[in-house]
Amino acid sequence: MRVLKTTSYDAPRTDGFAFTAENKAKADAYRARYPEGREASAVLWLLYLAQEQNDGWVSNDAIEYVAAELGMAPIRVYEVASFYTMFNLRPVGRYLVQVCRTTSCWMRGSDAITKACLEEAGTASLGEVSDDGVFSVVEVECLGACCNAPMFQVNDRNYFEDLTPESARAVMAKLRAGEEVKPGSQSGRAGSEPQDGAKTLLHLAQSPAPAGEGA
Amino acid sequence: MLQDKDRIFLNLYGQDDWGLEGARRRGIWDNTKDLVALGREEIIQRIKDSQLRGRGGAGFPAGLKWSFMPKENDGRPHYLVINADESEPGSCKDREILRNDPHMLLEGCVIAGFAMGAHRAFIYIRGEYWEPLRNLEAAILQAREAGLLGEDACGSGWAFDIEVSRGAGAYICGEETALLESLEGKKGQPRLKPPFPAAVGVYGCPTTVTNVETVAVAPAILRRGVEWWTGLGRPNNTGTKIFSISGCVNQPCNVEEEMGIPMKELIEKHAGGVRGGWENLQAVVPGGSSVPCLPEPICSTMLMDFDSLREAKSGLGTAAVIVIDKSVDIVEAITRFSHFYMHESCGQCTPCREGTGWMYRVMKRLVKGEAEIDEIDTLLDVTYQVEGHTICALGDAAAWPIQGLIRHFRPELEKRIASYRQMMQAAE
Repeated sequence: MRVLKTTSYDAPRTDGFAFTAENKAKADAYRARYPEGREASAVLWLLYLAQEQNDGWVSNDAIEYVAAELGMAPIRVYEVASFYTMFNLRPVGRYLVQVCRTTSCWMRGSDAITKACLEEAGTASLGEVSDDGVFSVVEVECLGACCNAPMFQVNDRNYFEDLTPESARAVMAKLRAGEEVKPGSQSGRAGSEPQDGAKTLLHLAQSPAPAGEGA
Repeated sequence: MLQDKDRIFLNLYGQDDWGLEGARRRGIWDNTKDLVALGREEIIQRIKDSQLRGRGGAGFPAGLKWSFMPKENDGRPHYLVINADESEPGSCKDREILRNDPHMLLEGCVIAGFAMGAHRAFIYIRGEYWEPLRNLEAAILQAREAGLLGEDACGSGWAFDIEVSRGAGAYICGEETALLESLEGKKGQPRLKPPFPAAVGVYGCPTTVTNVETVAVAPAILRRGVEWWTGLGRPNNTGTKIFSISGCVNQPCNVEEEMGIPMKELIEKHAGGVRGGWENLQAVVPGGSSVPCLPEPICSTMLMDFDSLREAKSGLGTAAVIVIDKSVDIVEAITRFSHFYMHESCGQCTPCREGTGWMYRVMKRLVKGEAEIDEIDTLLDVTYQVEGHTICALGDAAAWPIQGLIRHFRPELEKRIASYRQMMQAAE
């Protein structure tokens, strides 16, 4: 197998990597979204699948596997995996807690959220994996939930918004215990309406609606 | 204040069903076939007449942009690409459209795609938006099943389908050519223009990249009429707009309001006012992190639209209103933006790659006052060396917040440097 150039950012190896049958089918469906000969367009989708299957991070073997799947040079996939911040090239905790640090969140107390998360995880510094392997906490740039600041995201999935240090710790405690935890606002808002209730679209606000019955 | 009857985004807060049934209840997909039947030229003309300006930040006239696509097909397919890579700090409006009313965007895609001669649209959504992604993909399946997308979209005779691409955490992919690179499976590094995407876009084919909100309002404009739309707002700044009000306000929220609403009214009526009252206001960043901040006296009379804010040497941007009160260290607030741009620079152009880091490091010292007085002018000078000297506007976006800070808060910077010096002298 070809060995990629080693840099300080280089991802460690795992002992080979291949998609499960389920992920292989998903990968085929993603590839089919793009015109023939443009399979490389699916590279981000396949890297997400690889990361999910590989405990939240992308190894060099996974990169080479994705490259082979898409007929790309491994270095091109490596370039992509290292360019986009949502791909972790190092092992992370089962729950990667990403606290937004940009101005709107910072002004509403994101420093205190980060501190609380580190304490709850039992880690001393950002990026460190907790001894039990459950958490790593990092700070990230704006996650686009500024009207529900401060907030964090867990893995590449749910947002937890309108946090206080206490509610941030409570969310993490539930995650650790494997309990169900409601994503979104932790202060009881439906979305990004004012905390005291919507002042517009009142005809909707007054009739409790069947929320989210889409799929 | 805008009346509910003139609001377009009826499920902005997600209180109603986001799926097809709810969307139909709200009038979406109502007579889409008839709208398509207007024909390409008529749709573009009406969007031009409506003076709709792009909602992604630059405020480029939407109808004009749509008209750049080749009229005749030279054999290459045309593509519509929706920029749902909302990442400008302060902005969280497209997220609400994507997760709470995805069918609005899909219907807009059919209209805009048809007007551009495109049979295929790609929606490029930022990687972190998991919930919006899920709802969007489900909505596309619903629309296909109902025949709203497909070989005969909405019974219009026009074949049209939509695919979703997911980003992976790079702010730069909100720049249209970086987005196209990313869509092709590469690093998101902006392309040189020309050629512009309308000539050579994704896969080398004619492409128009446009923001979620712009496309989502298009069917409503055609349905309710150009006059209704231009009756809202001010000339050349027409219609409604979603404002995201965040930071030091009592009730941060998204709200759809009329263009040109006074900033003070927006903050006090919808966001519960500034924490500690209007007197406690220090500054406002009126359009997302990229635009220069405005100090309190200017804010008191400012109108929220493209032209008014440009006259004040700031900008409407994405209409993300970031409120900063007097308890906040404004230098640190802007330094956080500088850190953001350093982190998000794609590294392609030297002035931006090196400049964003350089500017951040000086800003970090200025927070403490650990600098010489003449470094303020050196910093300002460097911002002008970065601005306009890069392939894309990220360099400009990194420069403007600092320019705004120095323009309006120079005495604060000088005071800090003086007191740091005093402190050091006292320690000696």
